[in-house]
Amino acid sequence: MTEPLLTIDDLKVTFSTRNGLVEALKGVSLSLDAGETLGIVGESGSGKSVTAFSVMQLLDRAGRITNGRITFRGQDITRASRSMLQPLRGAAMSMIFQNPRAALNPIRTVGLQIADVLRAHEALSAREARAKALKLLEAVLIRDPEERLDAYPHELSGGMCQRVMIAMAIACEPALLIADEPTTGLDVTTQKTVMDLLAEITARRGMAMVLITHDLGLAAQYCQRVAVMEQGLVVEQSVPASLFGAPRHPYTKRLVAASPTRHSTVDSLVVDAGEPAPAAPRVSLRRPAEALLTVSNLVKTFDNGFRGVDDVSFDLAPGESLGLVGESGSGKSTISRLVCRLLDHSAGTIGFDGEDIGKISSRDFYRSRFRKDIQIVFQDHGDSLNPRFSAFDCIADPLKLLAGVQDSRELRRQVEDCARRVGLPAEFLDRFPHQLSGGQKARVGIARAIAAKPRLLVLDEPTAALDVSVQAVILHLLDRLRRETGLAYLFVSHDLNVVRMMCERTIVLQKGQIVEQGPSGALFTDPASDYARELIAAIPHFDPEAATARQREAATAG
Amino acid sequence: MSLAASIARRAGRRALSSVPALFGVIVFTFLLMRVLPGDPAVFFASGPNAGQAEIQMIREQMGLDKPIPQQLLLYLKDIATGNLGRSMNTGQPVVTDLINRLPASLELTFTALLFALSLALPLGILAALRPNSLIDHGVRFLCSLGVCVPTFVSGLLLIYAFYYILGIAPDPTGRLDVFAAQPPVVSGFILIDAALAGEWESWRAAASQLVLPAATMALFVLAPLARMTRAAMLAVMTSDFVRTGEALGLSRRRVVLVYALRNALLPVITIMGIVFSTMLGANVLVEKVFSWPGVASYALDALLTSDYAPVQGFVLLMAFIFVLVNLTIDVLYGLADPRVSIE
Repeated sequence: MTEPLLTIDDLKVTFSTRNGLVEALKGVSLSLDAGETLGIVGESGSGKSVTAFSVMQLLDRAGRITNGRITFRGQDITRASRSMLQPLRGAAMSMIFQNPRAALNPIRTVGLQIADVLRAHEALSAREARAKALKLLEAVLIRDPEERLDAYPHELSGGMCQRVMIAMAIACEPALLIADEPTTGLDVTTQKTVMDLLAEITARRGMAMVLITHDLGLAAQYCQRVAVMEQGLVVEQSVPASLFGAPRHPYTKRLVAASPTRHSTVDSLVVDAGEPAPAAPRVSLRRPAEALLTVSNLVKTFDNGFRGVDDVSFDLAPGESLGLVGESGSGKSTISRLVCRLLDHSAGTIGFDGEDIGKISSRDFYRSRFRKDIQIVFQDHGDSLNPRFSAFDCIADPLKLLAGVQDSRELRRQVEDCARRVGLPAEFLDRFPHQLSGGQKARVGIARAIAAKPRLLVLDEPTAALDVSVQAVILHLLDRLRRETGLAYLFVSHDLNVVRMMCERTIVLQKGQIVEQGPSGALFTDPASDYARELIAAIPHFDPEAATARQREAATAG
Repeated sequence: MSLAASIARRAGRRALSSVPALFGVIVFTFLLMRVLPGDPAVFFASGPNAGQAEIQMIREQMGLDKPIPQQLLLYLKDIATGNLGRSMNTGQPVVTDLINRLPASLELTFTALLFALSLALPLGILAALRPNSLIDHGVRFLCSLGVCVPTFVSGLLLIYAFYYILGIAPDPTGRLDVFAAQPPVVSGFILIDAALAGEWESWRAAASQLVLPAATMALFVLAPLARMTRAAMLAVMTSDFVRTGEALGLSRRRVVLVYALRNALLPVITIMGIVFSTMLGANVLVEKVFSWPGVASYALDALLTSDYAPVQGFVLLMAFIFVLVNLTIDVLYGLADPRVSIE
């Protein structure tokens, strides 16, 4: 190769915001050869998407390239005009996005949308474009492609939409494909099929790919080279085996440590957390005779006749942590809401402390004496906090309503105590949610849930919206809280590695039914059911050996 | 395929559910007219010195001597048989009057809506593509002007400018110049009738009569349409699928007109329905200023003389049209947005 396909040289991008100019990229240099796959990893705000958008010239009005050069096939496209870019976009370089359903036009059939791209770059009749679109849908392995041509995006699943998006992006055989978090929000098995498809297509057609992701495992598994970005800078780049096997930059080290793998433990996630992590002995793991929560034959039928939860039974001892895993639609969140009495079930019993709390309707449960015993931590920490409540008000609310703390001095003492236990500095208590970071909001959400001293904490994907390094700290915190207080956890997550670390027992759900349950360690090393095996196999991981093996495989296949 | 069936089902359901509303409107107007001060019998007696006996006779003739519930039942029975009563002003059955005058109002409203849309859509799009530019501010100014100047003022200004000063427009007296030949009535819409009969001279005369009143009304409803188009376009232009279109190299024209505009039109369709219904009822001032023989001015005249039957007939007609417009909007929406019909 004489010349790289794409070079980015000392790229600086600033955004004008209400608080003045913000420098999103502070001099990024990258290059990519034809046919190569480059991963860009980093946490939110690291500038990885901004880099991609600069290449495609898709920055919104507020963003401006202030310095540097982007060269594509030897052509300077840093400040290319529309007339120069339009023939390139889609034909020579194209992009697929996060949230595939929103990325497709909702009121146009997918066949027409693919045809639109084809006809933008080639002189084709409508009939020819349709025939070619059909071929493309076949290429991205969509079942019944003929029928799907006339489907609208809302009639397809998320994974299907992403395949359509891929079909559009590769329609004109571009030399470069930029994939911006292409599988975020998809189930782990869907993620695997979509990523395998992308890898296969780019390898077969000799396309270069830039894979932008926050998931180190994904980058390690599918990329020949990975660049790590932090705060607008590339801090380290190398082949995955050495990058993840022997990271040199402190940020990479932290990132690698924080990413859960099949071997990591809660303590191994955090390298240099500010808070001390005394390995306090666990409150005895011996299961007491009396179960705290006994769910038997639980059924939830929705209005449209769909059985979201279908005859599920399990129990949970005091101080125990039980994981619920499964893909979207498996009923895990529904179960968590049924147990919290936020939703009424159709049949079965929910025994708590020997009493059937299922008899109390979800409407009246707030008056029940059990309300303070069962609390929930939600997935979206931003949306689940009242925007007009300060952190103090959020935590004080359950204390006032459920614990009946009236005296203001006592209230402040207890709120500060809660904040201290979740590691939230007291000076943040007067801030409002929009003034807090994601991790701090998560801490407020947890403090609010434990404020009334519950005995069962339901955690509904508590770290799904957080960056890995923040996730590591929060998981650490949750684990410590359980050890200190003997809380029982019902832990709902789609991240199997997280569940393995956090829970002693795990239940695998599929279509509202339990397919497998057992001690987490055994379940993850030696799953009995096909479904659980499939789920576990689909987790991207960055074992150095596996990554190299995969590359060799890809090389021979190509 | 099943799209048509699903739209038909939705439309049918909507039509059925509007029956109670229509009934409510009938009863409400009926009672309202009875509550209003003034005795129609006195008003329609032959003269100021008509005797008590004569007034009593008229009252009996009109059925006003019966108790109100009975009057209501009689009225409902009449409506069911298609009899809306007789207008005391014109001496004609109300149904006949309305049939004669409705096309005039509809022709005016449709033309005005067409004017408004053909101006509002491009303006809204331009304003959205360059927010806070000179064009955007210009459109905002025009819209504010359209809303805050009452129709009778803008109508009179237009007459003053185009008829009195410039002399381009014909005199504002009704639908057709007195010297132009009246085409045979087929649909009641003069433009259509003249075109059918091939009388282009009359067509041109009718069209030139129509331009000023239609423009007056169009100016009035320009604001909601243009502002809604602008807001919807602004939202859609920042959406993910427009970015996709850009990223895959679609032409600017295609991105704006096919990807953005068609999505942005969805809320505009809703507003259009509201605007149309409002215009039909609210154009009484325009009809008065331009001596337009429409239903609104007919109803106003009737109201001023306590002529019950035409007012009730008018309200009923408006309610009916409102239901019809909503149905049409529903169907249009179902066609425009595939996501609606599955729900």
